[in-house]
Amino acid sequence: MSLVAPAATSAAVRRGLTSSQRDTRGTIFYLLLLLSLLFSLAVLAALLLDVMSRAIPVFQTRGLDFLTSPLSSDPTKAGIAQGLFGTIVIALLIPVISFPFGIATAVYLEEYAPNNRLTRFIAINIRNLAGVPSIVYGLLGLAIFVAFFDAIGLGGTRDGRHLLAAAVTLGVLVLPIVIITTAEALRAVPLTIREAGYGVGASRWDVTRKLVLPAALPGILTGTVLALARALGETAPLLLIGGIVGGFSTPEGQSVAETLLGSYTALPLTVFQWAKQPQEDFRQLAAAAIVVLLAVTLFANGVAVFLRNRFERSW
Amino acid sequence: MSQATPALELRTSLRGSAARRRRERFVQAVLLAGGLASIGISALIVVTLIADALRFLAAVDLSALNSIGWAPRRGMFDLPTLLIGTFLVSAIAMLLAAPVGLLSAIYLSEYATPRVRSVVKPILEILAGIPSIVLGFFAIAVISPEIVQRINPKAPGFNVLAASIGVGILSIPLVASVAEDAMRAVPRALREASYGLGARRLTTSLRVVFPAAISGIVAALILATSRAIGETMVVAVAAGASGSGARSWDIFGPGQTLTAAMASLAIGSDRVRGDDLAFPSLFFLGAVLFAMTFLLNVIGDAFVRRTRQRY
Repeated sequence: MSLVAPAATSAAVRRGLTSSQRDTRGTIFYLLLLLSLLFSLAVLAALLLDVMSRAIPVFQTRGLDFLTSPLSSDPTKAGIAQGLFGTIVIALLIPVISFPFGIATAVYLEEYAPNNRLTRFIAINIRNLAGVPSIVYGLLGLAIFVAFFDAIGLGGTRDGRHLLAAAVTLGVLVLPIVIITTAEALRAVPLTIREAGYGVGASRWDVTRKLVLPAALPGILTGTVLALARALGETAPLLLIGGIVGGFSTPEGQSVAETLLGSYTALPLTVFQWAKQPQEDFRQLAAAAIVVLLAVTLFANGVAVFLRNRFERSW
Repeated sequence: MSQATPALELRTSLRGSAARRRRERFVQAVLLAGGLASIGISALIVVTLIADALRFLAAVDLSALNSIGWAPRRGMFDLPTLLIGTFLVSAIAMLLAAPVGLLSAIYLSEYATPRVRSVVKPILEILAGIPSIVLGFFAIAVISPEIVQRINPKAPGFNVLAASIGVGILSIPLVASVAEDAMRAVPRALREASYGLGARRLTTSLRVVFPAAISGIVAALILATSRAIGETMVVAVAAGASGSGARSWDIFGPGQTLTAAMASLAIGSDRVRGDDLAFPSLFFLGAVLFAMTFLLNVIGDAFVRRTRQRY
């Protein structure tokens, strides 16, 4: 083998290094990349602009009345009070259901579990649960949770298809997300922190509770709040668990139990109901409800970002 | 003083008090119960779907499964109508999401400076966080009149194409983030070797990094397809769940997917809860949907793990 490069190769290299010619194909490809990103940006901008431009007239003419009126078939009277109420109740109940289970599972998988077949099975199972379509969770809720509430005498006026069942179903729906994000946060805590704990004689639970969990708290909070935001936007499971699409009346002076076990709806369902109507009046109402829905979910996201920035530490 | 050897004595004292060990075992059992609960949920999903789907299949007149049209309240359970709709929507969605998502991933992984990345990445994350019902509204209120009806003025307001574009937009962030993770996992040495040979950035991206990350890219496409198949609300709002033609391949006409058919059945579930077959058919569709997405997720997951193992 000769050490001297073949004449053709050296010529090609020299041409490549000295060429002042623009790299046309490279430039076109770069523009294509930018275009693909611009597409997402443009969609997001168009979506927000369209929703805002339709929603503003509603807020201008209706004001607070839109937030405090119940559903109605008359677009000048319809409001989101019932939907907002349902969404807020669900938002308060989900943490009670999914956070303890989710965090316990993540702690078990990251801190306790031996590397055996059962552990690997649990981990794979959680990844698969995260990929199950949300409407299938609705079926689970309908067949199991609704039937359960009905069977134990908490069926209420609608045989178990009430806010409690909806909240439990959405709590189970976001469980895999809570587990996965919590596990990631736990994994980010350096091993040296645990070793320091064991070194001074702490037990595994002491190390987990007093060192690892506090260190992972910002990550856990961010993940769980993001999961909550995701749950609040879910619509399909609520359709199956009997969320009202149409209208219903909330009687005056209803007790808390009657409200929780009675007819309900939620913001995404209200959006769904109005978006399906072809009249522009209802389109505007849908847009206004979307603004409120996005405000609620963005508020949750904002809380997540705040928590992350407030407590974040780097190791 | 006991007769124990020093080593044994050390071991007993390190083991700690009985109370402490009891507490440790108790905590571990509680945490394990959390892990087992997730298996319980999966088991419940599978058992519910299979049991109720079998009950439907046992009760239904098999000729109703081939009755040209999905109209459960009239006893017409034609699965091919829904499968065609599902196929059309997810195929068109991926035709949009695959190129846009992959090009975005190449940009973020190979071209973007850290500063640009810190601006662009959140945009995709916001898009990923938008509830699908909002995209459904966008599909029916903007995409359908402004895009689809401009291409084909005869198209009705509710049509398959608008819904498919909406589902595609929802799938872009998933494709981009999984593919970007895969490309970023390709070792620097490969890129440096390529640049060292005089390759341009275009060549390095497409001929070196892209093939090296191909498992992850395939995984991104499979997982996004699974997500598109399971997407409900965009189709339920924009495709015109009722009044769809039987076994229609017309993307400008109204259509119905597995998920949208379930949603429209569920809206009337007060009425369906009787003894006709419309209610059990919900679980039959759920079982078909679950089987399809489960299969895709398992395959996609296997591809993701292959990328992780390689580097």
